[in-house]
Amino acid sequence: MPTDSRLAGPALHLADSLWQDAALKFGNTAGAVLGFLGVLLAVFFAAGRATGRFSRPLAVVLMLGPAAVLLLTGLVVPLLRTVYLSFYDADAAKFVGGKNYGWAATSSPIHEVLLNTLLWLVIAPIAATGLGLLLALMVDRMRGQAVYKSLVFMPMAVSLVAASIIFKLVYESRGAGQNQVGLLSQLAVALGWDDPPNWILSQPLNNFLLMGVMVWVQTGFAMVVLSAAIKAIPDEITEAARLDGATGVRLFLHVTVPMIRTTLVVVLTTIMIITLKAFDIVRTMTGGNFGTQVLANEMYSQSFEQYNTGRGSALAVILFLAVAPLVVYNIALLRKERATR
Amino acid sequence: MSAEPTFDKASGSGVGTGSGGASGSGAGRASGSGGAARPDLPPAKAIRRAFSSPLASALVIAVTVLWTIPTVGLLVTSLRPKEDVVSSGWWEAFVHPDLGLENYRSVLFDNSFGTSGGLMPYLVNSIAIAIPATVFPLVLAAMAAYALAWVRFKGSDAVFFLIFALQVVPLQMSLVPLLRLFSGGAHLGSVTVIPALNLKDTYLPVWLTHTMFALPLAIFLLHNFIAQLPRDLMEAAVVDGASHFKIFRSIVLPLSAPALASFAIFQFLWVWNDLLVALTFAGGNPTVAPITSRLAQLSGSDSSHWELLSAGAFLSMIVPLAVFFALQRYFVRGLLAGSVKG
Repeated sequence: MPTDSRLAGPALHLADSLWQDAALKFGNTAGAVLGFLGVLLAVFFAAGRATGRFSRPLAVVLMLGPAAVLLLTGLVVPLLRTVYLSFYDADAAKFVGGKNYGWAATSSPIHEVLLNTLLWLVIAPIAATGLGLLLALMVDRMRGQAVYKSLVFMPMAVSLVAASIIFKLVYESRGAGQNQVGLLSQLAVALGWDDPPNWILSQPLNNFLLMGVMVWVQTGFAMVVLSAAIKAIPDEITEAARLDGATGVRLFLHVTVPMIRTTLVVVLTTIMIITLKAFDIVRTMTGGNFGTQVLANEMYSQSFEQYNTGRGSALAVILFLAVAPLVVYNIALLRKERATR
Repeated sequence: MSAEPTFDKASGSGVGTGSGGASGSGAGRASGSGGAARPDLPPAKAIRRAFSSPLASALVIAVTVLWTIPTVGLLVTSLRPKEDVVSSGWWEAFVHPDLGLENYRSVLFDNSFGTSGGLMPYLVNSIAIAIPATVFPLVLAAMAAYALAWVRFKGSDAVFFLIFALQVVPLQMSLVPLLRLFSGGAHLGSVTVIPALNLKDTYLPVWLTHTMFALPLAIFLLHNFIAQLPRDLMEAAVVDGASHFKIFRSIVLPLSAPALASFAIFQFLWVWNDLLVALTFAGGNPTVAPITSRLAQLSGSDSSHWELLSAGAFLSMIVPLAVFFALQRYFVRGLLAGSVKG
């Protein structure tokens, strides 16, 4: 706990008001949760007394109703409304046909955005999955593997904002002659590069440095899932392959990889979906400047910084069209994988 | 294991073993198999042996160190005095150790970053947002999943499939319309369906948006679990005259506790770490915005104050890291099951 006694007069007053503010907010939150549960309990108690032929429809309406209403207002209607808005102008006042999509297809800043997004979509997932697979294979027989797995998996727990700040410090750059405070610059200096560039500003390198954050976060995920899949391969299969003379890397390429193919693709598509939708890294590290903009962040900027609802909605629709097939494929694979186990 | 306490989806991909490997029990198993030097190795181990050499071990250790150093750097920076942070890299702290919690006090309570009260209000908001945004969807999804699985009605399969299909919708598709709904209400022509609600400076838009977006996945996962509860148990309760509400409360909820826990942990972390919903519906407003939203803004505008930014970032990481290390097993399951969410 912070020690209030160390704070001087006015600061003490401020600290007091901070705790009061916190108490008020927690009170409101507890009230909301308890009120929510209380209303549900009361409704359940009252509705539970109903008998006869109405009891069943009543149960369906009361139990499915709230979720259905929220899904309709939160997802179904907005989905349609965003598509509708994408054909209107910046203020959603005038119908402009496909103009917003035309802008997305022809304007050169958006070409850069789409190219960056494509690079992210290909490089980050493949790097994370590949590295994860390699680690999954190598970590398995090591002593204390739990420690290594935990440490590599840990970045997955923290927010992309925190991850971005962690790497912003790594990529931090100072002018020549000053002490470097970023690890990457220091490493460059130690290797004899006296005046390393300002990493975040150097295009196109900065794009790959930003992708590095995503790889840092997702590699542990890939490793844990693939490690489980490798352990689940039946012994008889590898035994048979070994009797046929397969060993080492050949055994891996021709037996292990085909056996975990589905899981491998599930991991790859999962990271692709996350990569496409994530705007946190770009927003936190560069704000989309210096040639690092991606689709998800451009959508946010157009909608909530430029207040151009039409363009923002058109970009959201493009994002949806890119993500949807990946999600469908991903879920289909997951179901197939579950059926075979 | 008939009552495997996990999501169907997650256990299907063999995640149980994976998460075990990352927890304490996994360490015991690993050293056990490593110590047993049998002349004829089981074949699965033969593959691993092909990849396990001193070189492989060195590579794993190198990657682990590489993966850990950035976080250590942030932690060390957050503990150093301002003058040191400005003048030298964090690794110098190992040579001239001078560490303390002053930055944390400053970033939490002082008017640092030009905000009165520092980051403390934002941290409070994070908690005040994450708990209801976990409880609401959890309860509502469990109710819906029970209704779809056990109170069958005409078209219940179709409804379930529709909800399942809604998982493909990215959050981005809803932001603009939802923001308009919360600020201006809903109108059909000149008829006001929902009046303009004055929700600014309340948590309600953030809670509601998180709840709405959690539902498709939550209903899908909990349905998988609840649908597999023993039919005999349900039928016996019906014979005893219990209503659906009673069955839900006294049979379904207690038996689904493991699945509910997995989803709750996943959802809590998802909300805690979220930036998109926070930035859209709360912005940087200290009355409602969570710490992620404020940190993202500070990172863009005020990154010269590394001693404060690093302390702020680490503060935001304490809760998820505690959850991660304490509940790793559940964490992995929930995460895998919901990793394409949003």
